[in-house]
Amino acid sequence: MAKVKVSKKSTRIDMTAMCDVAFLLLSFFIMSATAKQPEPHPVDTPASTVLDKLPEEVATITVGDKRAFFNIPGKEVKIETLKRISQEYNMSFTESEYEAFGNMQGFGVPLNQLKGLLALEASERNAGDIQKGIPFDTINDQLSSWVTQAREASKAVLEERIRDGEDVQFKDLDIAIKGDADEDYPTIKRVIDILQDQNKNRFFLVTGLRNEDF
Amino acid sequence: MAELNTGGDGGGKGGKVRSKKMNPAVDLTAMVDLAFLLITFFMLTTSLSKPQSMPLAMPDKSDKEINEPDDKTKIPEERLMTILIGKDNTLLWYVGKFEEPKIEPAQSEFGKEGIRKILLEQIARAKALSKRDGKPDEGLIVNIKASDKASYRNLVDILDEMAITHPQLYAIGDITEPEVKLLEEKGLL
Repeated sequence: MAKVKVSKKSTRIDMTAMCDVAFLLLSFFIMSATAKQPEPHPVDTPASTVLDKLPEEVATITVGDKRAFFNIPGKEVKIETLKRISQEYNMSFTESEYEAFGNMQGFGVPLNQLKGLLALEASERNAGDIQKGIPFDTINDQLSSWVTQAREASKAVLEERIRDGEDVQFKDLDIAIKGDADEDYPTIKRVIDILQDQNKNRFFLVTGLRNEDF
Repeated sequence: MAELNTGGDGGGKGGKVRSKKMNPAVDLTAMVDLAFLLITFFMLTTSLSKPQSMPLAMPDKSDKEINEPDDKTKIPEERLMTILIGKDNTLLWYVGKFEEPKIEPAQSEFGKEGIRKILLEQIARAKALSKRDGKPDEGLIVNIKASDKASYRNLVDILDEMAITHPQLYAIGDITEPEVKLLEEKGLL
């Protein structure tokens, strides 16, 4: 009798192609990803249904626990801002301090503590309660100076890039307020007033995505 | 398949010494697992870390009158709605001037069933009024006044309602002394 032969197929699958695709995607995502920068003071932003994305180049004022922090986008603009601040407040910084400031993401210390903060290692700056916030009351309004100088610096840097023939649009530095949801209104109002006082009437509020049925 | 059959085809004659063939196929399962794990991680972190934002335009400080979008036109009181935010997520609304409101101050709450319903009603009413007056482009004007006890979340929630219901114009104003008193009387401050 002729037996029907069951052909034995191998159960193994060739994964070479799959592996190729997987690593291709992996390299794409790694390259397109921007690493999440450590923040000096993480805040819980309120939720909203507005789906607008935050612009790329935006200076962020973070407000939480009645403390204000400021982040300036771009290394060039950062260094330029610090130069202007040092002129305004008659403080001098060394070359390495400028460099350290240029590499620092967001900060929140009064000016007299800035040198101390820059002397620290990057990993130590966000630890614990080192950063007490930038003063922004009516008597000692350093936040207002920072915002003004950052806008001036951004303008100068952009103008220089346009002069060099780069194809960039000229625009005023965008400002976003990233407030903690439980922050009380007068604190936020004070920050909004600071912006309004320098005729910055359009700005962004950073919000989270509201997922529940609102 | 990338696998060579190295099964013993022995039984050959003569006992020839055969160099042993190694299997050149590598098991890629673990590697693919790892790759997909990393892909998932990067996909999730990149798309989720981009924050949302809400654009906010404040009136120019130089003209103090928030109730008047430009100095020449007066807004009919029937179309001016004021929302006061008190403590603990409470709010109060009225239409018209504070001294002689067209609709008396009433308490409401945040969310779909509370202030949104009222806003939609008022927007419809204001639209009808402006149509009657021959200005179909105009509608309700909302003035948002938060008290010192309000939280930032409340402000964003109200701004969110504005984004949902689209009144003609809205602005954030400063709360006045009588309004604070009223909130206190109602126990909302």
